[in-house]
Amino acid sequence: MEIKAIGCEPLQLKRVLVEDGHTLKVYRDMGGYTSLKKALAMSPADIIEEVKKSSLRGRGGAGFPTGMKWSFVPKDSPKPKYVVCNADESEPGTFKDRYLLERDPHALIEGMVIAGWALGAATGYIYYRGEYRYLIDIMDAALAEAREAGVLGRNILGSGFDMDIFTHTGAGAYICGEETALLSSLEGFRGHPRMKPPFPALEGLYACPTVVNNVETLTAIPEIIELGAETWRDLGTEKSGGTKLWSVSGHVKKPGVYELPLGYADMEKFIMEDCGGMLRDDRKLKAVIPGGSSVYIMNTSQILGKNVTMDYEGLVAAGSMVGSGGFMVMDESVDVVESTRNLTEFYKHESCGWCTPCREGTDWLLKIFNRIAAGGGRPEDAQVLLDLCDNMEGRSHCPLADAAAWPIQSAIQRFPEDFKKWLWKKVEGAEDKGLSVNA
Amino acid sequence: MAAVRPSDHTNQVTVTDEIAEFSPEVMDEIRSHLEKYPPDRSRSALIPLLFVIQRERGYVDNAGVNFLAKFLNLEVTDVWETATFYTMFNMHRVGRHHIQICKTLSCKIMGEPDITDHICTKLGIKPGETTEDGKFTVSLVECLGSCGTAPMMQIGFDYHEDLTIDKVDKILSECE
Repeated sequence: MEIKAIGCEPLQLKRVLVEDGHTLKVYRDMGGYTSLKKALAMSPADIIEEVKKSSLRGRGGAGFPTGMKWSFVPKDSPKPKYVVCNADESEPGTFKDRYLLERDPHALIEGMVIAGWALGAATGYIYYRGEYRYLIDIMDAALAEAREAGVLGRNILGSGFDMDIFTHTGAGAYICGEETALLSSLEGFRGHPRMKPPFPALEGLYACPTVVNNVETLTAIPEIIELGAETWRDLGTEKSGGTKLWSVSGHVKKPGVYELPLGYADMEKFIMEDCGGMLRDDRKLKAVIPGGSSVYIMNTSQILGKNVTMDYEGLVAAGSMVGSGGFMVMDESVDVVESTRNLTEFYKHESCGWCTPCREGTDWLLKIFNRIAAGGGRPEDAQVLLDLCDNMEGRSHCPLADAAAWPIQSAIQRFPEDFKKWLWKKVEGAEDKGLSVNA
Repeated sequence: MAAVRPSDHTNQVTVTDEIAEFSPEVMDEIRSHLEKYPPDRSRSALIPLLFVIQRERGYVDNAGVNFLAKFLNLEVTDVWETATFYTMFNMHRVGRHHIQICKTLSCKIMGEPDITDHICTKLGIKPGETTEDGKFTVSLVECLGSCGTAPMMQIGFDYHEDLTIDKVDKILSECE
């Protein structure tokens, strides 16, 4: 597996690429914790302003501007405040945070302490997906080193600021990557999302002001402070600042974690050159899911020769989203009906059951897909699936229902031939008709 | 193909008043988890402590749940409510080696079906089942965050990536 920066110097991957990057010694030798020192000399308001100016957007999937999220935390609240790191990486196709957590834990600690100083939080939690147990041991060792060195705990670097960070484990639930479900789980409950508002910035963990950020978002903070917001932002584009990690998997010669400046052009070059091209030379590219399983699937007519830039705006224009950067490449051996059935099975299993449209919708979607896969496809199924998706989208407390609907909607629209093959199986002479879908 | 997962809690659990007991070392470990959370928020330790119960008791059993309810000052149903939500908590005994094969998209298209077939044929069981000697349980699970090194499986807490049939044979032969 490749770990590599392309089109920029490695920033997020700087320490991931060196031996013992997870130790305090190497982290410090490479300039670590100097940003914390710099930040502690700045006012909290200036730090938030700096993060706003950087155009850093949440790297977990939603892409919400981080500085704005921080600015929602009330400064005058008498309640304790919390910084929570979302390390519940479970979006299919996404594995970048794993390498940051394994090989660069101090960057996360530094980012969280800077966030704590900016927000007035004395406690931080890192919520790991339960399967990442070995990473918790690595982080616990790093936290102990950090306390010992005075960059965490009481009177950090002599500034008078106190903050401690603890690791916490989930136990296998995709939904806990949704920030309010994560907070429910961190409180020891089932991972059910909460009604918003109130947003976590006002009432989050233990009903106190809380910021929940993805690992990659928080590890970008020390870089922003070190380089300055403008310099960091200009690595990417004006609206999509900085660099971004992409987890590449599927049918390419060189899957891996790639750091690209946002705005990298273009997606075709990225697949065909940077990722080594198609895994088997005799098979052509068929589909790409660029941002984790929840985003729209793309067909080749949206990619090849289209000069798709890899940033938030560029991917929306091309018909998909950056999401978590879980970049899944599929060659022509993949049947999109089967791949979409596979993802539907995922969402059906992971729906927490709290909202009816999602709980029932994912179940029915899977039942239909299973019937189709068993050879019982009917010409009207495409429309039935789309109707079901329509009744789910935007009708639940969290975006899981949307995430289940979008892959299906885009698959039907962009791979009609695959659906036709399954849905017309039993109808004689029906191949010549178009797909039965209302405009 | 809805594989049965050991976390399925549809099987009736026999409810008794038995309360599990643990060695002083394990009790120290259990208490240490509480230090991470505010004193009035000890329920936060529930999920980490359920893992301790599972490790010590083999699975999340009735006596272990009763212990946690008493220890954290919760209702027994509070503990079951949380425990039954999460895939990683087993409601019945699994084999000494719990093989969890990732079956989500990237692993699927990179050869998961062959790996699953091979393991199941070799062990003579289907996904969701345990070998008669209690050595292996095989489960199919959703994405484990190892897509760039697909196909993959997790045995216990250990990741095994870039799997091939030969590699699987070697890994299984090393399981005691």
